[in-house]
Order: sequence, then C-alpha cells, then structure tokens
Amino acid sequence: MAARTALSDSRRQVVKTMISFGARSMSSSSSSWWRSVEPAAKDPILGVTEAFLADPTPTKVNVGVGAYRDDNGKPVVLECVREAERRIAGNKNMEYLPMGGSLKMIEETVKLAYGEDSDLIKDKRIAAVQALSGTGACRLFADFQKRFSPDSQIFIPVPTWSNHHNIWRDAHVPQRPYHYYHPQSRGLDFSALMDDIKNAPSGSFFLLHACAHNPTGVDPTEEQWREISYQFKVKGHFAFFDMAYQGFASGDTVRDAKSIRIFLEDGHLIGCAQSYAKNMGLYGQRVGCLSVVCEDEKQAIAVKSQLQQLARPMYSNPPVHGALIVSTILDDPDLKKLWLKEVKGMADRIIGMRTALRENLEKLGSPLSWEHITKQIGMFCFSGMTPEQVDRLTSEFHIYLTRNGRISMAGITTGNVGYLANAIHEVTKST
Amino acid sequence: MRSQTDHTPSVGSVTDRRLSCLLRHLHPSPSSSAMESDRTISALPTSSFGSDSVFAHVVQGPEDAILGVTVAFNKDPSPIKLNLGVGAYRTEEGKPLVLNVVRKAEQLLVNDKSRVKEYLPIVGLADFNKLSAKVIFGADSPAIQENRVTTVQCLSGTGSLRVGGEFLARNYPQRTIYIPQPTWGNHAKLFPLAGLSVKTYRYYDPPTRGLNFQGLLEDLSSAPLGAIVLLHACAHNPTGVDPTIEQWEQIRQLMRSKGLLPFFDSAYQGFASGSLDADAQPVRMFVADGGECLVAQSYAKNMGLYGERVGALSIVCKSADVAIRVESQLKLVIRPMYSNPPIHGASIVATILKDRNMFDEWTVELKAMADRIISMRQQLFEALRARGTPGDWSHIIKQIGMFTFTGLNSEQVAFMTREYHIYMTSDGRISMAGLSSKTVPHLADAIHAAVTGHLIAIKIAMSSNGIGLKLKQYYKLLLLLLLMESTFQDPSTCRVTILRLQ
Repeated sequence: MAARTALSDSRRQVVKTMISFGARSMSSSSSSWWRSVEPAAKDPILGVTEAFLADPTPTKVNVGVGAYRDDNGKPVVLECVREAERRIAGNKNMEYLPMGGSLKMIEETVKLAYGEDSDLIKDKRIAAVQALSGTGACRLFADFQKRFSPDSQIFIPVPTWSNHHNIWRDAHVPQRPYHYYHPQSRGLDFSALMDDIKNAPSGSFFLLHACAHNPTGVDPTEEQWREISYQFKVKGHFAFFDMAYQGFASGDTVRDAKSIRIFLEDGHLIGCAQSYAKNMGLYGQRVGCLSVVCEDEKQAIAVKSQLQQLARPMYSNPPVHGALIVSTILDDPDLKKLWLKEVKGMADRIIGMRTALRENLEKLGSPLSWEHITKQIGMFCFSGMTPEQVDRLTSEFHIYLTRNGRISMAGITTGNVGYLANAIHEVTKST
Repeated sequence: MRSQTDHTPSVGSVTDRRLSCLLRHLHPSPSSSAMESDRTISALPTSSFGSDSVFAHVVQGPEDAILGVTVAFNKDPSPIKLNLGVGAYRTEEGKPLVLNVVRKAEQLLVNDKSRVKEYLPIVGLADFNKLSAKVIFGADSPAIQENRVTTVQCLSGTGSLRVGGEFLARNYPQRTIYIPQPTWGNHAKLFPLAGLSVKTYRYYDPPTRGLNFQGLLEDLSSAPLGAIVLLHACAHNPTGVDPTIEQWEQIRQLMRSKGLLPFFDSAYQGFASGSLDADAQPVRMFVADGGECLVAQSYAKNMGLYGERVGALSIVCKSADVAIRVESQLKLVIRPMYSNPPIHGASIVATILKDRNMFDEWTVELKAMADRIISMRQQLFEALRARGTPGDWSHIIKQIGMFTFTGLNSEQVAFMTREYHIYMTSDGRISMAGLSSKTVPHLADAIHAAVTGHLIAIKIAMSSNGIGLKLKQYYKLLLLLLLMESTFQDPSTCRVTILRLQ
C-alpha cells in the first residue's frame, strides 16, 4: 500500500513537472528549461588566466597556466613552425583526415616516444591515432579503457594535473590515488609510491607522468624508474604514460623519454599520450597522439580500429592543420634540427629562471629552503606555498598562480624574477 | 608468496632494496608454491618478458560505413571509378575545392606576425562564436541582441552534437532524443555515448521518396513531454528530403505545444538552396517564437573546411542569466574531452565573417557550389529519363542538398560497385557533389542496369577434376546468351557474369 502511494506520489510529481514543461514552452514569459542549471565552478587553472587578464595593474605577473613565454613575457611561435606554415599555406586542401588522423604525423610522433629504431615500430606493434593534444589522447585512452577493461580503475598520482581527474571521471573509470609528492622534502615520496604499487591489486592501471611531472616538477631518478618498472612487472600493472613535455624538461627529447624506454626494455605493453602543445608551441592547434603497444601487428590493427570507433562519435576525425605542421617539420631534417634547437632553447631559459629565482630568494635571506626550485624539472615548480599565501600573492602583489602553489616557470622573466622573489619572500618569511 | 626476509621499505639504500628484491626471486622460500615459481619473472629485471596484453581480447572494430566507402574506393585499381560516398564537395574536374576566400584568409593569417598559437578559451574563439551565431540566427536576431544565446566553438558538426548531447544528459531531465528515420549514421552512435537514449520518428517515405509527414506528426505527438527532437535544419542527410515551410510551421506548433526541445543539426546552411538565409529559415522560425533550442553548426561543407573541424554549438535560452550558467556547464563537458578547440579553422572563419567583402565573396562561392549540385541533379534526372529507366526519378530534382536517396537497395548498390566501380553507401545514398557532367552518363548507365536487372548470373558447377559442365548444358547456355543479346535494344546494358562455384 505504502509503495503504491509512493509510486503514485512520484508519478504525480513527474506529471506536475511535465505539465510545467508544457506551460513553459507555450508562453514566452515562462521560465527556461535550464532554470535549475547551476553555474559551474571555474576551472582552477584556466580561471587563473581569466582573472589575470581582468586585472588592470601594470606590474601583474602571470605564473598560472603552463604556456611558454620568452624573456619579454611574450608568447612564442617557433621559427620552425612559422616556416612550416609558410610551406603549407595555399598548398594543401582541407579534406577530412582519416578517423585515426594523419599517418605521416603519427609515424613521426611514435618515433619520438619509442625511438627511431624501435623494434616495436618495425614490427608494427603500436596502435596509434592522432588525438586532440594531450587531453584528447588521455580521454580516448580512458574511454578505451572503460570499454575494454570495464572493471578496471586508474591509479592517479597525488597530486596531478587537475584535468586528469575530470577526464577519467567523464569516462566513468573509477580513480584511486597513489602517493607521489612528498611535501616535507618537496620531492618524491618514493617508498610510499612503491608501497602503493605493491599493494595495488595485480593488473592495475597506473597513470605515470613520463617527465616533468605536472604540477610538482618532481620526477623519479633513472634508478627509481627502473625499480618502478620492475615492480610493475611483478604486479602485472598497466603503465599509461602522459608525456606532455618531451624535450621541454631537460632540453633533450631522448633523455626526456627515458622512463618510457626503461619500461619498453622491460617488455611492458604501455600506453602513451603525447602532446605538441608545449614542445612545439602548438597549443591552440590541439595536436597530439595516443599510442598503445600490442602483442603483435594484428592486435595493433584491432586496437587502432577500436580507438577510431571512439573518436568518430566524438569529433569524427582530428584537425588537419596542426598535424600538417608537425609532419612538415619532423619530415624535413633541417626543420627537425631547428626544432630540436629551439626546444632546447626554451628548456634552457626555464632552467635559467629556476636558478635565478632560487638565488634571488636566498639573497633575500629567506629562512626556508628553496633547493627544490632547481631540483624540480620542467615548466612547473611546486613552491610549497599554502593557498592562503597564494591568495596574498594575488591580492597584494597581483601575481597569478594556481592555489596549490604551482608556479609556471615559463611566466618568469629576468624582468620580473626579482619582483616575484620579493613577493614570495614577503608572504613566506613568517612561516 | 610470503617473503623469507621481512622487507621494510625504509631500510637500506635503493640498491639494497633492489638487491633484496632480486634475492627473493633467485632463492624462493620453501613455502612458495610451484605456481609462484612458475611465474615468468626472470632474475634480470631488464630482460624482456613475454607478457600478455590486457587488451588481447580486443576484436577488430567494424569499418565506418561512410568513411569505409572512401577506403574501398581508394583500393580500387580500376581507371574508371566514381566516389559518391562521403559528402565532400568536388569540382567539375572531380577535385576537392578550397574556396578562394579561404585561401585569402589563410594567407592573411600566415602573414600576420602578431598571431600566436596560444590556447583558445575552453569555449573557443570569441569572434568566431559571435559571428557564427549571427550566421545561423540572423544578424538582427532578438535572441542575440538580448544575450540569450550562448555559442561555443566545437569540432565541426560532430563535436557540436556530442557536446550538446552530453550537456543535455547532465542538465536536462528528459534524456530521450528522437532522431529521424533515416538519419546520418553517426547520430545513433554519438547520442548514446553522450548519455542520451535514442528513439526514432518516421521521416522518409520510400514509396514517394519524399516526406512521411503524417508519420512524423504522429510520432512527435506521442513523444513524452520534454523529449529532445533532432531536426535537420536543411538538406536532410541522407535523403535530401526537407519539409516545406508550411510543414515546418506545423512541426513547430506541434513541438511547442508538446514541450519538445528542438536540437537542430545544421551542416549545410547555404549549401542547399544557395542562400544562407533561406536555408536558416526553419531554425529562425523556432527562435522567433521565443522558445529555446539547440543548434549544431558545421563549416565543413559550406566553407570547405572539412579537415579543420570547425563548428559551433548554440543554445538559445529564455534569459541572459540562464545563458551564462549554461555556458559554464558546457565548459565542464569540453574541458575533459579536449580542453579547448583547435584555433586554425575558427580563425579562418572569423577572418571571413568579419570582413564585408570576404563575406560577400564567400556567399558567391557558396552559391556556385550549390548551383553546380543542383545542375548535377538536373543532368542525372534527364539522363535517366533519356535511357527510359523505369520508375519515377523526379525525387532526384525534388530532393535538396548534397545527397540523393536514390531508392536503390543494397543488392543494387553492390552490383553498381562491382560492375561499374561506383562507390556509395549501401543505403542507396549518393553524394551529388561527387558527380560531374562527364561522369553523369556512367552513373546513369549503372543505375539503369541495376534497376532493370540486366544481369545474368550463370553459375557453373566445377568438379575438382576441372570443368564438369556437360556439353549439352554448355550449348544451352550459349543459346540463352544469344537470345538475350538480340532482345535488348542496347546490348551494352546486358552484362553476363559467370560465377564459378567450387
């Protein structure tokens, strides 16, 4: 009896809602379908740039989003990219790429990650598709993981790029954390990391940052990577590498891919997301690649076909322009050399700024240790500042960064490093 | 397997840890089971193990029905082949076309040293969004002037539909979308993945090769209150059958009275009739009544920007405040999908739409494409009439846009592919854009042959020793062929195919 009443209650509620729908649609003064839509929270990272742009203060500094700036604080288009664009413009048609993207670009991109002479490439064991930069590559993999390992979860480092959480959530893959950052040392919590790897159920999926961990800048050493790889073998875990900074971290694309190469040597069948956003400065072009290592060519063909099945209902086929820039550059030995030189230039400037920031802080007599600034690598530095200190940096000094204390080194210049050091010193000196 | 040595992580250096790990495997404890020591773990941590892929069970996915046609076409070595599969415009010479105005815009962008390639905002290029809304809703649209429209840049039509679908699945209580029967194949794939359940409404009427208007009205009438309805704004894909303006008005009234939410797929604005405004009429009618709707726009065909993936999703809301909130929710869908949209194509579009002269140039080139297609329709219709192909082929000129639903069945389509190397989707859809004055006769021949069934398949049984065909049967066969040849006025339409069976 009670159940029936409850049912008819809810039914009545549904009918009421439906009637109000109908009423809404008929009169122009009636309310919207979207009345109940809440304003969404701002994206923590991209929201910073929005706030920065809205600030009228001339001395403002943006060390929020990870887009490279030159020493004048200006965005950079690489020379090799400008040249590639000159060659492309007027010479290509804009036909649809295949669902899996530009074959030429994929070929070159896979070589970068796996090595020019990789046997995996020779044996055609890599299923690879062009993806919408790193985000798109991660999302495609997450969707693929959901579809073909539906009971699996993803282990994600703490902390990580905030969008990783959004990606696997929207793919409906449950997430589990694993220890990574060690706040006290501002370094790697290696023993806790290894424990988490050992304690995870066998055959778990792990997200690893191949180099230049975002947001901490803390990477395992080569020795540590070997141990991680070994333990992964023992547990039969799946390694998914997000490599967004190859070349950008140390200045050397081969060195930055070391972690992946170690895993490949150990025979792991990995997955890898690659992005040209930072290392080729192609941010807005959305160029990247998702690759999955398979047992043999036949399996690679099957996996690639399934990845395409996921891309088709999302965007049909990927954008051609960025892919053409990449393949034009990587296919031409001179342009490729120029690119490698320019990447090293960017990496070197960042390493220079790390040194400068640390020296400035030490010169100011900061009581804290800032060693981690030069130990960490890549675009970001996990300063160790609290959200409250960050808020002070923004409100008092008009310095914009994410509240987790992550500083984008690329936003630092010889012109603003002194101001930044001073501000950081001010808000942290009483710590 | 319990380790013999109690291993505490904090003890010893990295090397010690690794060595003790190795030792455990080199000298397993007596309590370890046989199964454990069978595990393929070599003593050398860097040697290659033969591991199983976690994706070993993944089977080959089916070829996409539409894009697979081009794949098959490309494989065909025949010198005389025709690709009428995917809806990409071709010139009279059968070449892809980049519009002059697009080339101009590209050059401007390349030469502009101040341009950078930074990330666009999640919602895309602001200029592009504003101008796209004007293109579809009209420059003087009150909805735009009242700030009731939120427009976000997406990856062409597909991306706009997917993002719109995901937004609805999360923010709209009625999670059913009605799609026309038939419709573009990808619709049925992308909406379920977005989180909506899909139902169909009657649309195409095979006997008349036109609109099943009664069926459409009945099905929409019986849809639950608030259901979402996918409408092709113009140039229905794959049929080319559009409602008349009067029929659109009836559809609008019905939908508004039933509280159904319109979701327009506008992939061919300007491409259908040659006029941007005329092709946008149905959408504008719905906006004019003050109600809400969603619109997915694509610049793939009408600006020839196919591979650049340029499109926009617009949501017309009741108020500016709602539009702002809706936009913030759209960002939550986009960010975990691809963060922000590609900049190049949108920059081209914005460059063109912003400049009065370039905009006018575009409309002229667009009309030329539409006119060529209309002319192809006329030519094909006349060619079939000249051949006396049985049936009413007037639908070829009555239908509109890039596609014609020929009415051919899958066997006839397969025949045309096999015998005439004509590639099209198995539902009988042909892309008129792939035709030229030179190739119309070939297509007409093929359709004629397929329809009149002038195909004689003769099966000859072969024994394992060789040809087991008896002499008597052979002569019977020869007689039959001669008889048929003399019967047909045009022997070239008579094809004899001998199939061998083991």
